[in-house]
Amino acid sequence: MKLFKWRNLEIERRDQAVTNLFTVLAPVIAIVLSFAVGAVIIALAGANPLVAYSYLAYGAFGTPRMLAETAVRTVPLLLAGLGLALAYRCGAISIGAEGQMVMGGIFAAVVGIYLNAPAWLLLPLTILAGFAGGALWGAIPGLLKAKLGVSEIINTIMLNYIAIYLMAYLLDIPMREPPGYFPQSAPLQVGARLPVILSGTRLHAGFLLALAMAGLVYLIMFRLPLGFRIRAVGFNPHAARYAGINVERNIILAMLLSGGLAGLAGVGEVAGVHYRLLAGFSSQYGFDAIAVALLGKLHPTGVILSAAFFGALRVGANMMQRSVQVPAAVVFVIQGLAVLFVLGNEFLRRHIVRLVLPARGAGQAAGTAKGVG
Amino acid sequence: MAVPVPAVELRGISKAFPGVVANAGIDFTVLKGEIHTLLGENGAGKSTLMNILYGLYSPDAGDILIDGRRVELKSPSDAIANRIGMIHQHFMLVPPLTVCENVALGMKDQSPVNLNLMRVERGIRELSAKYGLNVDPRAKVWQLSVGAQQRVEIIKALYRGADVLIMDEPTAVLTPQEVEELFVVLKELARQGCAIIFISHKLWEVLRISDRITVLRNGRKVSTVATADATKDALARMMVGREVLLQYDRPPAAPNRVILDIRDLEAADDKGLPALRGLSLQVRAGEVVGLAGVDGNGQRELAETIVGLRRSTAGRISLEGKDVTGLRPRDFVRLGVAHIPEDRHRTGLILDFCVADNMVLNTFDSPPFTARGFIRPEQIRAFAERLVAEFDVRCPSVATESRNLSGGNQQKVVLAREIVRRPRLLIAAQPTRGLDVGATEYVQKRLIAAREAGGAVLLISTDLDEILAVSDRVVVIYEGRVMGEFVPGEADFAEIGLMMAGSPRETPGRSAAV
Amino acid sequence: MDWELLLSYSFLVGLLSATIRMAAPLLLAGLGGVFTARVGIVNIAMEGTMLVGAFTAFWGAHLTGNPLWGALFGIAGGVLIGLLLGFISVTVRANQVVGGTAINIFALGITSFLMNVVFGIGVRPSAVTSFRAVPIPYLEDIPLLGPMLFNHISLVYLSLLLVPVVWYVIYRTPIGLSMRAVGEHPRAADTLGVKVGKVRYAACLVAGAFGGLAGAFLSIGQLSVFMENITAGRGYIAVAAVTFGKWNPFGVLGSALLFGAAEGFQLRLQSAGVRIPYQFLLMLPYVLTMVALAGLVGRATPPAAMGKPYAKEGGR
Repeated sequence: MKLFKWRNLEIERRDQAVTNLFTVLAPVIAIVLSFAVGAVIIALAGANPLVAYSYLAYGAFGTPRMLAETAVRTVPLLLAGLGLALAYRCGAISIGAEGQMVMGGIFAAVVGIYLNAPAWLLLPLTILAGFAGGALWGAIPGLLKAKLGVSEIINTIMLNYIAIYLMAYLLDIPMREPPGYFPQSAPLQVGARLPVILSGTRLHAGFLLALAMAGLVYLIMFRLPLGFRIRAVGFNPHAARYAGINVERNIILAMLLSGGLAGLAGVGEVAGVHYRLLAGFSSQYGFDAIAVALLGKLHPTGVILSAAFFGALRVGANMMQRSVQVPAAVVFVIQGLAVLFVLGNEFLRRHIVRLVLPARGAGQAAGTAKGVG
Repeated sequence: MAVPVPAVELRGISKAFPGVVANAGIDFTVLKGEIHTLLGENGAGKSTLMNILYGLYSPDAGDILIDGRRVELKSPSDAIANRIGMIHQHFMLVPPLTVCENVALGMKDQSPVNLNLMRVERGIRELSAKYGLNVDPRAKVWQLSVGAQQRVEIIKALYRGADVLIMDEPTAVLTPQEVEELFVVLKELARQGCAIIFISHKLWEVLRISDRITVLRNGRKVSTVATADATKDALARMMVGREVLLQYDRPPAAPNRVILDIRDLEAADDKGLPALRGLSLQVRAGEVVGLAGVDGNGQRELAETIVGLRRSTAGRISLEGKDVTGLRPRDFVRLGVAHIPEDRHRTGLILDFCVADNMVLNTFDSPPFTARGFIRPEQIRAFAERLVAEFDVRCPSVATESRNLSGGNQQKVVLAREIVRRPRLLIAAQPTRGLDVGATEYVQKRLIAAREAGGAVLLISTDLDEILAVSDRVVVIYEGRVMGEFVPGEADFAEIGLMMAGSPRETPGRSAAV
Repeated sequence: MDWELLLSYSFLVGLLSATIRMAAPLLLAGLGGVFTARVGIVNIAMEGTMLVGAFTAFWGAHLTGNPLWGALFGIAGGVLIGLLLGFISVTVRANQVVGGTAINIFALGITSFLMNVVFGIGVRPSAVTSFRAVPIPYLEDIPLLGPMLFNHISLVYLSLLLVPVVWYVIYRTPIGLSMRAVGEHPRAADTLGVKVGKVRYAACLVAGAFGGLAGAFLSIGQLSVFMENITAGRGYIAVAAVTFGKWNPFGVLGSALLFGAAEGFQLRLQSAGVRIPYQFLLMLPYVLTMVALAGLVGRATPPAAMGKPYAKEGGR
């Protein structure tokens, strides 16, 4: 069936969505395409895209130190991305990772700064507190969605801002570090900090925690009954309910775990990077994590790769800006485009895009170029 | 009588969908002032043909002539411009909007900056008066009864100047009184010159309302006959293409102990209105009880209440003497209650899951599929492969997404999942809806086999033929109450029809009302 | 706390005037959001729309030296993003929240990038000519009401005037009726010849125009600068205002005023040097939105087709 026709361009719906190697590679193709568009933008801005990209790559991977920095940036993206993947698998469209991360950071900071506990217990408690803070912030919209049917989309957005203002208040009055020139807390006790695992770099134990969580999320998703339930609810809550699965409980659980993982991302930043609670410490990681989860196709392995990709972009961009004066912001363009292209690939799975070239003279057949897929 | 003038002629219409030929070279003519029925089973191609006439689908081949002129209908707008109106089975009304707004929606002759609802309201009142279509133009559609909503649909079409009306199974959702009212309106419309295409698979109403009948089967036209020359048996033969099978061969039922015992059950529907009003019912081991009734008389609510998906507000459900009222769905699975839900796409399957996962949708977390807390994919796969072979599910592999299976094979997956557990009680709701003849027969035989294995089977179906073919005992439901029961072969159709229309069966000690 | 200050006339006037000023961009974006919400599209991309509008407006004002041209540039920028949103949600039929989020990331990137390219990296661009307050003769002299309502930039008046206009379009014109129907029951609208895709595209473009103008308000209305992420979440707040206002233009006016009042109050307190935990004040609108949403359940339901792509044939 023809959906669209404009001059030489025709779009038809496929009878059946294609599933093949191409669809598995869709994120890779999307990334390549977004880099291509990024190159055009860089060129239009008057720089050589190849040079810019080589500095980008060098900045992200060029030396062990830079590689470690990429890993540092990967940690929050991975943790929050894993959480979102879990929520999305359950059909809960959360935009709340940013706020959950902030809550995780707040809880971790409170424990890490003020709790009097033996050294061996302090770090685990800090981590747990961070998880709990995020989980609380995830469970609220989960509960409201499950019990009252309120859209989690708006509520997670609201909770982002509530968390951010809560932190602003805490850093303004009760937790502000004397003498109080900056919106930041006192430093965490040494025992509450995530140790550096590669000396001479900022790479901290949160990296190992994040990888472990990726393994755990894989287990939950594909090897535990809980994951079966979560995926069933996400695909078709009605059928899940008919099969005896408690839809409400699983939505709440998925949102709680999702928030907890984002909370751990907050722990990583507070206890592993800044060693204190700091206004703006979440640096939009929670929003980027949405793209990370999607680009990773909601699969833990994919999320690891896409988190590393986004992390590398963030690190490499600074080098690129310093060296060839290409604004670092171009990496956000590339990130946004990558997600848009993934969505576009879904379109190509379901449609044939055809360029019908007009036949010029005899013997020249109409050429058709089929959309990939 | 005046010379018959064709309002619409369809010539050689063909349309194929992936895997199915829905229409193959169909010729069909409807005259002005006639009520012409399109008769056929589910999947015979009636709806496809009418969707083509309404511009929703484009035909692969064939011509459409309106008033003798060849036309191309690319969209509903084209159909409307050619004075064709369609009343869909599922009403195409926007519930939060008023009647006026629904009628005004999409009208082309309006000023773009001013929605003149007063004018629309006047038009509605005129049409109401002319054809006896009683409806309040200012009411919000969601507040109206189903019959009133249907009148809004008819008004909507007439307001657009339609003189060809396509009615897609208009009686399926109506009460008997509403059906009578509808028939009066249709006769009046025809008398004033409208051509009415009436889609149905209910023989008695077809014989009552139409002037001519065209029978479709498997996408082809079988014949067009004048109603005066048609008999119920002949139509049924044309429609089904074989003698209607009255009962499957099977040993007589040997019902013994009562498995399911429902007493005075009451429950509400999704809108909170009473759906079950003191229903009592028993199903014994070794029998199939058929629950007959027109759609929407509490069947879905009954099935959902029995398996714990819906709360009862009064009454008692017991399973082999044990009170199970208010237990959760999970508990019923453990108690050996199986449920084939009426809508396999929405509630029976997770279409994005593979066949194997759907086979264990309600048992995945018990052994052997989960052991020591972990899911065992290899166990699930082996189990699914066994069922696929046993139930003859046609699929490339058990890892295939269920979405890619045909309807019959999807239903076999549901059936296999529920039956393989050798349930004490099996509730099958519309188990053959939308299936082809072969798959239907397979499913029905499996239901009988489940009863022979000692299970109690409650078959809920709006298809009376199916009820009669499969059940040992039939109970008729109407507005959430049991109207009476009978044994297939021992009751006459008139009596069944009366019960389905809401008049209780005569019982000793109570005189008949008529 | 200094209660006398809070009750003084000048404080009150300042507060009310600030409320209107802070509410106006939210109102503009919210009115745009009403269109997308009514046709069943979740418009998370409002944030990116405003951001792009803010930048293009600033750029336009910079190039032409005229804030009116700037506003037109802002509208054009917003319309482009609206087109993208339409493409994603109507043509591609993708998840609108994911698509919207991607648009927002893209918008953040492209505006910062262009800012750096046009004005240089790390350079704070000089102020451009921005909108000036246009006091309305006579009316501005009314005590309290005058300074509150009648001493603002033209965009403020425009946004207030647009409330009844949008209401009229949605409830009293055929296109508005089509929009409401498309958001509730697209298939029903389709069977009556309403072009569902076109109506949704139109709503996206209008929302884009409104969002772009709201962005212009931020860069060349309230201030005369553009900085990275100048919207700072106001697009999301606008989405909340639409929901809180029950998808009705007058409701959106109410919620925008409430949100604006919280922000205005906070600003006034801070500039008056009153040290109170104003963050809770800023938090209030968000909490109220959540409470309202939870309380609304079962009474006012969002458009039924919200977030659902529409496929004409079958819906594979």
